[in-house]
Amino acid sequence: MSTTLAVTPQYHDEVVRRFTVMTVVWGLVGMTVGVFIAAELLWPLLNFDIPWLTYSRLRPLHTNAVIFAFGGSGLIATSYWVVQRTCRAPLFLPKLAMFTFWGWQAVIVAAAITLPLGITQGKEYAELEWPIDLLIAVVWVAYAVVFFGTIAKRTVSHIYVANWFYGSFIIAVAVLHIVNSAAIPISLTKSYSAYGGAVDAMVQWWYGHNAVGFFLTAGFLGMMYYFVPKQAGRPIYSYRLSVVHFWALISVYMWAGPHHLHYTALPDWVQSLGMVFSLILLAPSWGGMINGIMTLSGAWHKLREDPILKFLIVSLSFYGMSTFEGPMMSIKTVNALSHYTDWTIGHVHSGALGWVAMITFGSVYALIPKLWNKPAMYSVPAINLHFWLATIGTVLYIVAMWIAGVMQGLMWRATEADGSLTYSFIESLKATYPFYAMRLAGGLIFLAGMVIMVWNTWKTIMSPTVASVGVTAEAHA
Amino acid sequence: MSGLDLVWHWTVIVITVASIVGALWLLFANARGKPGEADTGHVWDDDLREYNNPLPRWWLNLFVITIVFGVGYFALYPGLGNFAGRLGWTSQQQMQQSLDGYRAQRDHQFAAFHERDVATLAGDPAARAAGRSVFLNNCAGCHGADAKGALGFPNLTDKDWLYGGTPEAIVASVTFGRNGTMPPFNGAIDAATVKALVRYVGHWNDPALDAATREQAQKQFAITCAACHGPDGHGNPALGSANLTDDIWLHGGSSERIRETILFGRKSAMPAHEKILTADEIKVVSAYVYSLSQNGTQP
Repeated sequence: MSTTLAVTPQYHDEVVRRFTVMTVVWGLVGMTVGVFIAAELLWPLLNFDIPWLTYSRLRPLHTNAVIFAFGGSGLIATSYWVVQRTCRAPLFLPKLAMFTFWGWQAVIVAAAITLPLGITQGKEYAELEWPIDLLIAVVWVAYAVVFFGTIAKRTVSHIYVANWFYGSFIIAVAVLHIVNSAAIPISLTKSYSAYGGAVDAMVQWWYGHNAVGFFLTAGFLGMMYYFVPKQAGRPIYSYRLSVVHFWALISVYMWAGPHHLHYTALPDWVQSLGMVFSLILLAPSWGGMINGIMTLSGAWHKLREDPILKFLIVSLSFYGMSTFEGPMMSIKTVNALSHYTDWTIGHVHSGALGWVAMITFGSVYALIPKLWNKPAMYSVPAINLHFWLATIGTVLYIVAMWIAGVMQGLMWRATEADGSLTYSFIESLKATYPFYAMRLAGGLIFLAGMVIMVWNTWKTIMSPTVASVGVTAEAHA
Repeated sequence: MSGLDLVWHWTVIVITVASIVGALWLLFANARGKPGEADTGHVWDDDLREYNNPLPRWWLNLFVITIVFGVGYFALYPGLGNFAGRLGWTSQQQMQQSLDGYRAQRDHQFAAFHERDVATLAGDPAARAAGRSVFLNNCAGCHGADAKGALGFPNLTDKDWLYGGTPEAIVASVTFGRNGTMPPFNGAIDAATVKALVRYVGHWNDPALDAATREQAQKQFAITCAACHGPDGHGNPALGSANLTDDIWLHGGSSERIRETILFGRKSAMPAHEKILTADEIKVVSAYVYSLSQNGTQP
C-alpha cells in the first residue's frame, strides 16, 4: 500500500468549491422560505392574497430547497472531495462533473420558478414536473458516472467506508427517482402518474421514505464517515460495525415505506411489513451513530475546543434520537395518534435540522479552509455561536412540534358519550397557535445561525490566501 | 387462491423471510472479534484508519430483540403474504368494532330524547349539550362554532329566518337542505335604475332618501323584485327570500355588495343531512339551534 503514497494527484476542486458555495447559498434561501411559511401559519395574511406566496406553493419550495438544493449541493460537494482523496485519484471526466454542477443548479432554479407558479405533480418531495424530472435523471446519471468512474480509477486497493454510503445513495436515488417519476405527460407543465390508486401511493412512499433513507441518511453518513475521523484525528471505531450496519441499513430501509400509509387503503399485510421492518431498522441506523461517536473515544477533550467537532457529534446525537423516534412512530398504535399531526413535522425536523443540516455545517466548515487554501475559517468563535444557535433553534422547534402534535392527536380522537367528536378541527388549530409561535422562534434562531455561516464563509473566502498550506489544489486557470 | 395469487403469496413470504434471515446471518457472521483489536491496516487520505472493535453487545441484543418482535408479529398479524395471522386481526374489523361501540353509546344516549319533541328538548340541558356536539361536528364549518354565521352563511342565533324559525322549519332545513337563488339582473335593468335600486334597498327606512330615487326604484322593484321579496320587501319564508327592510344582510349590506347581488345574483346551498345524521340527531341539533334563537338561551 505504500506505493500509493508516492505522488499526490492533481485533484479537481473547482467543482467542489462551487458546490460548497451553493450549499451555503441554498441553505440560506431554503431556510428563509421555511421561516416565512412558519410565519404564514401564524399570520395567514402574510400571503398578501398573492397565489405565488401561498403556503401551499411555498411549502414544497422550502422542502425542495433545503433537501435537494442545500442538502444535495452539500452531498455532491463533499462526495467529490472525499472520493478523490480516499481513492487517491482525480475525478473521472472533470468536465462531466462541471456539467453536474450547472445541471443541478438549473434543476433548482427551475424548481424555484415552477413551484410558486403551482406547477406540480403533487407527490411529496417529488413535486417537480416531468421536464425537470428528466433533467434530474440526466444530471444524476452523470454524477454516478463521475463518482463510480473515480472509484474505478482509484490507486488504493480498498474502497473507503464513506464511499460505500455515497455510492449506495447515488444508486438508490437514481432508481427511486426514475421509478416514482414515471408519468404520462399531457403538456409541458402537466403529467399524470403512471400508477393508479393504492399502488401509486405505495410507489410514492417507497420513494418518499427511501429519499429519507438514502438521500438524507446514507448520503450524510458518507459525509460523517470522512469528516468525523478526519476532524477528530482518530481511527473509525469499528470496521466490522461499518460492514454490518451498512448492509443492514440499505437492505432494511427499502421495506419501510408503507408506515407512511398506516390505516389507509393499503392492504394490511403491506402495512405490517412496513412497520416490522421499520422497527428492525432501529439497530442498523444506530450503528452509524455508534461508529461516529465512539470514533471520538479517547479524544473527548477535543469537543471543548473545536466547534466543528461539536457540530459533527451533536448531529450524530440528533441522528440517534430521530432514528429512535422514527421506528416508534411506525408502530401502528402510535401512528394512529401521531399521523397527520405536527409530531411528524417535528420528527422530520429533528432529522433535517439536527442531523442533516448540522453534519453539513460541520463538514462545510472543515472543508472551506482547505478548498480556498486558508489556515482556518475567518472566525472560529462565529462557528461556536452558530453551533449554539443551531442547537437551541432545533430543540425549540422539535419541542414545539412534539407538544403540538400530541395535543392535536389527542384532540382529534377525543369523543363525546354519543361518539361525536369533542373538538372541531378549528379548536385544535387554535390550541396549536402558541406552538406555531414557538416553532417560528426556533426557526428564526436556526436561520440566524445560517446567516452567520454565510458571513463567515464570505469573510474566509475573501481573506488573503496562505501560500504554505499543504493542500494540493488545481491551478487557478 | 388462484395460481397467480399463490405465486405472489409465496414470493412475499420468501423475500420477507430471506431478508430477516439475511440480517441475522450478517449479524452473527460479524459478531466475533476482540476489543482493542489493532486497526485493519488500511490507510486513506494520509491519516484515515479504522479499528476493528467487536459489535457492542447491547447493540447486538437490540438488533436481535427487534427481529424477535418482528417474527412474533408476523405470527400474530397479517404480513406474510396471504397468511392472516393467528389473531385474525384486520384494520377493517378494528374500525367496525370501534364504530359499533360508538353507535351503541349514541343509541343509548339518544334513547332518552326519542319520544320528545324539538321544543321540549330545547329546554333540556342534556339534549342541548348533545345537540351542540352534533352542531360543532356538522354545522360549525359554515355557521361558525358560535352559530353566528359569516358572510353568505346565516346567523342562527337571531330571530331572522329565511325559511322560518319554528322547530318544524328548522328540522326541515336540516333534513332536506335548502337551495337559495337570487337571479342575476345584469343587462335586464339599466345602470341608472340599478343605482337607484341599490340606494333604495340599502336605505329602505331612511327618510333622508330623496323622493325621485325612491320612486324610480319602487317602480322597478314592483316589476322585478316584489314577486319574491314581497311588495313591502319583507321576504317570504316559503321561498327563502330575504327580508330587505331590516339591518341583516346575508351577503353584505354595503352598496357595493348589494349592487353585486342585484347584477350577478346569489346562490346559497344548505346541504341535506337526512343521510348524514340519524333522525334523533337531527331533532337534537334542531333543538339546540332553536334554543339559540330563543332569547339567547345558552347551553
